[in-house]
Amino acid sequence: MFTAEMQESIKKVEATRAERMKTEPRRMTAEEKDTLLKAYHPDYREDGFVEIKIGPNKGQKVPTELGHLLHSNSRLLTDKVDLSKVDYDVDVLVIGGGGAGSSAAIEAHEAGANVMIVTKLRIGDANTMMAEGGIQAADKENDSPVQHYLDAFGGGHFAARPELLRRLVMEAPDAIQWLNKLGVMFDKDEDGRMVTTHGGGTSRKRMHACKDYSGAEIMRTLRDEVINRQIPVVEFTSAVELIKDEKGQVAGAVLLNMETGDYLVAKAKTVVIATGGAGRLHYQNFPTSNHYGATADGLVLGYRAGAPLLYQDTIQYHPTGVAYPAQIFGALVTEKVRSLGAMLVNVDGEAFMHPLETRDVSAASIIRECSDRGKGVTTPLGSGVWLDTPMIEMIGGPGTIEKRIPAMLRMYLNYDIDMRKEPILIYPTLHYQNGGLEIGGDGFTKAIDNLLVAGEAVGGIHGRNRLMGNSLLDIIVFGRNAGKAAAAKAKTVELGTMNIDHVAAYAEELKAAGIESNDVSPLLLPKYARHER
Amino acid sequence: MENMVNVYFFGKKYSVPADLTIMTAMEYAGYTLNRGCGCRHGFCGACATIYRIKGKNELKTCLACQTQVEEGMYVASIPFFPTDKRTYDINEIKPTQQIMMELYPEIYSCIGCNACTKACTQDLNVMQYIAYAQRGEFEKCAEESFDCVSCGCCSVRCPAGISHPMVGLLARRLTGKYIAPETEHLANRVEEINSGAYDELIEQIMQKPITEMQELYNTREIEK
Repeated sequence: MFTAEMQESIKKVEATRAERMKTEPRRMTAEEKDTLLKAYHPDYREDGFVEIKIGPNKGQKVPTELGHLLHSNSRLLTDKVDLSKVDYDVDVLVIGGGGAGSSAAIEAHEAGANVMIVTKLRIGDANTMMAEGGIQAADKENDSPVQHYLDAFGGGHFAARPELLRRLVMEAPDAIQWLNKLGVMFDKDEDGRMVTTHGGGTSRKRMHACKDYSGAEIMRTLRDEVINRQIPVVEFTSAVELIKDEKGQVAGAVLLNMETGDYLVAKAKTVVIATGGAGRLHYQNFPTSNHYGATADGLVLGYRAGAPLLYQDTIQYHPTGVAYPAQIFGALVTEKVRSLGAMLVNVDGEAFMHPLETRDVSAASIIRECSDRGKGVTTPLGSGVWLDTPMIEMIGGPGTIEKRIPAMLRMYLNYDIDMRKEPILIYPTLHYQNGGLEIGGDGFTKAIDNLLVAGEAVGGIHGRNRLMGNSLLDIIVFGRNAGKAAAAKAKTVELGTMNIDHVAAYAEELKAAGIESNDVSPLLLPKYARHER
Repeated sequence: MENMVNVYFFGKKYSVPADLTIMTAMEYAGYTLNRGCGCRHGFCGACATIYRIKGKNELKTCLACQTQVEEGMYVASIPFFPTDKRTYDINEIKPTQQIMMELYPEIYSCIGCNACTKACTQDLNVMQYIAYAQRGEFEKCAEESFDCVSCGCCSVRCPAGISHPMVGLLARRLTGKYIAPETEHLANRVEEINSGAYDELIEQIMQKPITEMQELYNTREIEK
């Protein structure tokens, strides 16, 4: 399956393997990391960004593709919707059917609220389903929430909002216990102790996993629980705009049936935006590990309604996306592959870095290896470096790969690559939106006091880089919290008259700023269909 | 000129590059996928697909995102299949053989044809995990079904009308909640946090100036 040139390079990887396994590569100093990031991390490429022209974050930078959507038009400028005809009337409207949305819906239901989920694909079609490696929680004797805080705060370049990070680490063990009680099958030993590993940038082994289907196992359990509780889930239906009232509160959302093109009106006392990430916007032309619907919809409709963004200019490129074969280009190769011992190795068989640096540092280091240093392996779509997977079986014993990372093994075997015997080729892939809508510790946006945000659509929990395993954690912790808070808040909200005046006002602002666009946003789905004419 | 193959989407012929997956080939042909497309990386089961190679008898099932196109492929996607999930309260049920009998009695109508296993897009031994479920061996059923992505290809082919993915899911939830050993260190830590054992420490670290945090972070001890 590998090309002749790749096979030549594999021989060099094999030749250095025994020697490499005797030593642990040095970790970079803080200064080295800083210099590396500035020179090679895509967040520092000026041409990948534009300035936001209007709204609360006016003057700040944003990825070009997201900026374009923020500067595009609402569908409801031309399409007219009768807001007096209400199709759904609920206490809590959850927009998004991933891990955060489902957790929010379960907790809102538990609190007695009339809650509904609306999602543009199916419930569970979300980045949560694809998270492979694991979920962090400081629940072992040598660990503490304080240590978890330090790792995450440093890994995020000291930019996380303390009130959000505190909640993340302090509620982590409870999140694991909640999932376990719902029936999530965590990897445990015969005495019930969690099998935990390191992730990039962790100082304690606190990565809990369900093989390498961690997110899938969590997501399918949450989905099953939502269905068992008979919480209404309106699938293949997108929220295209928030509805407000004359008091400035949010009052629901205008929905679009993705199959019929019909608009619907959902009225709600509180709204939770849980729309996830933006990988399908393909910033700087990167491939992505994200699901089909990751198009930053929630950021666009939240911003248009007046909610500020935070750290919208920081993106996570997962260091190990598939570089070869082309059919799975950009797909995630879980960090757990490195947690289990695989080293990053260049075309000459050299381990050019410690395999467990934080993701931003690792990605930048791989980009440097493949660009200025010229030590990448050429592939049909670019280049990549080796992830020396046979080391895993040498360290953990034969069968380790099949037992601990079966999804990775299966994905490569589909293309006749046996990662137990041969290394695999990887290159960074667009993975995670570090920034998003700004919230307070209680989950509410600061601008609109009955609008909440949870999951990847939030900015500030992780700062400017996120550690592995803190995203599955954040969707559970902040999803649950948002559900509880939304249910409680709904009891006191008195809605006025529904309107979407903010849509016209936003359009006026765009016009005043001299921006004209023929495109509409939110995007809803990426435009992948090829049309010859 | 790229190497092209002829494929048939819902019976209509298209010429597409040979290195594409079924999913990207449909997009190349001009389809905008609203259904039958989810994670695009083999984890969500949205793109269950059935195909037959022209001139061959065998019907094959696959995930469109994980399968490369072939010459003469007749493709139909199955974006939805009415699998039958029964609802229950996870806190009320118990991991006894009885519960399968109550919720999914049709598993006892399995005729042993093994069509489910042959249809599995993940190469799981589906008939075996149904057999474990019949016998109330939930842990084994959970383990055997663990990699299931709920694409439903097994159920499409089942003459007994079994909703296999739902059976596996029930077994896994029962195993995770009731059968797997309890985690003492987790329960202890939750209790410590709830009793306020870390409140002061977390307040302290939140208040530290950035320079001090940088020093703490850069010199922290890393577990081997």
